[in-house]
Amino acid sequence: MPSYTLDINNKIYTVDVDQQMPLLWVIRDFVGLTGTKFGCGIAQCGACTVHIDGNPVRSCSFPVMGAVGKKITTIEGISANIDHAVQKAWIELQVPQCGYCQSGQIMAATALLKRNPKPSDSDIDAAMQGILCRCGTYQRIRKAIHRAAELV
Amino acid sequence: MIAQSFQYESPRTIKEAIELLQKYGDDAKILSGGHSLIPMMKLRFASPEYIIDINRIPGLSYIKEEGGMLKIGALTREAEIEHSDLLKKHFPIFGDVTKLIADPQVRNMGTIGGNLAHGDAANDHPAVMLALNATVIAAGPDGERAIPIDEFFFGFYQTALQPDEILTEIQIPVSQHGTGSAYHKLERKVGDYATAGVAVHLTLDKNNTCTSIGIGLTNVNPTPLRAARSEQALFGKELTEEAIAEAAKYASEDCSPSSDLRGSEEYKRAMVAVLVKRMIHKAAERAKA
Ligand SMILES: Cc1cc2nc3c(=O)[nH]c(=O)nc-3n(C[C@H](O)[C@H](O)[C@H](O)COP(=O)(O)OP(=O)(O)OC[C@H]3O[C@@H](n4cnc5c(N)ncnc54)[C@H](O)[C@@H]3O)c2cc1C
Ligand code: FES
Ligand code: FES
Repeated sequence: MPSYTLDINNKIYTVDVDQQMPLLWVIRDFVGLTGTKFGCGIAQCGACTVHIDGNPVRSCSFPVMGAVGKKITTIEGISANIDHAVQKAWIELQVPQCGYCQSGQIMAATALLKRNPKPSDSDIDAAMQGILCRCGTYQRIRKAIHRAAELV
Repeated sequence: MIAQSFQYESPRTIKEAIELLQKYGDDAKILSGGHSLIPMMKLRFASPEYIIDINRIPGLSYIKEEGGMLKIGALTREAEIEHSDLLKKHFPIFGDVTKLIADPQVRNMGTIGGNLAHGDAANDHPAVMLALNATVIAAGPDGERAIPIDEFFFGFYQTALQPDEILTEIQIPVSQHGTGSAYHKLERKVGDYATAGVAVHLTLDKNNTCTSIGIGLTNVNPTPLRAARSEQALFGKELTEEAIAEAAKYASEDCSPSSDLRGSEEYKRAMVAVLVKRMIHKAAERAKA
């Protein structure tokens, strides 16, 4: 099996994986970072969102080769001590219900705030629409993004 | 949700990619953004034995103006199109359409080349390209050829591209003064494929006469559809409410939507008429601005 060198959360990992494997499985099963979730596997739900060079993408439909030479950031990598403004706001407003979708939500939210530090409701809706939450935490997500914008 | 086993290739030049396509023929598929192909493979709607990933080929991602043509490289991502200042200035229709394609995560991956090459009447770029009279450039074993957009979409998920050809560029004539364009689609929820979508590109002279007109329809026909009779109803005529109403009526008659979860045939035809009117007005406003 080919060997790939990946930069995940500023750490270099070398993995021997099948070339067919999408990035999500590499991150979870081979690198052992399980914060990124498998939801649908077919690019529909957003649970598997990670950043590639700062841009959010769906890792379940992303060939591992596409990540070689790029900077990958997962939920584990957005802060060292769970103190990113988005994480603080998420805890303050108790956003998650079951929590399953939330690493995808947080990855999309951090990418939004980096590009747009003071997003409006409609900016938030446009940026977050691709990450589904079965528990329906959307209202709290929107509030928490506004709160995180104040905390940045 | 695991695709059937395949072999993965990652060529570094177009020539190498074409050689691989020649070698593997129908068993191979090109991979660009992968956001139509990979889900289809996982759902087993597609089971290519070879994947030719063209993302490592340099020089296929750009947006530039050259010799009166707007040129967009096939690997240009939706997100790059959405945020391009050049397009914002000359072609606001690209701002309309990209914002309606899926969500930011998909737009960071999906490419304009893949969106067209997929040949899906539900995708949004095909109608826009019909309205803009685009030309598709394909590279194959014998060099490049230019395919007019009207000859590009063939049938259900079928295009004029041969198995050993790669879509490399899209060319669009740069608008003259007095040109405006607009796109909108009706969707059940944000990020959904269109219930019906309409793209309009027109030029008005100082007498409000329509000196050029292109109208493309999304997801109301087995293939992306040019509303030819609607265009004829407007071309060379003054852009009056009556002329616009006639064009809208023709488009709703000439498409052939199917009843499905997104709505009945009748409803979709009615929405085509509404959207044609609205997009003509919006494009005309932009033309006059
Ligand atoms: C959740 C979700 C929602 C979506 N919503 C929309 C939407 O509302 N509107 C919309 O228009 N699209 C939508 N899409 C589709 C998305 O825009 C795809 O990215 C796009 O259709 C295909 O582009 P791609 O680069 O991902 O192509 P790929 O998936 O890589 O390829 C698609 C097909 O085209 C072929 N191909 C790709 N590139 C080339 C090339 N250069 N030359 C020859 N053949 C090529 C491939 O072999 C394959 O058959 C959605 C996708 C998802 C996952
Ligand atoms: S698991 Fe990737 S989008 Fe659902
Ligand atoms: S918190 Fe349960 S799916 Fe979002």
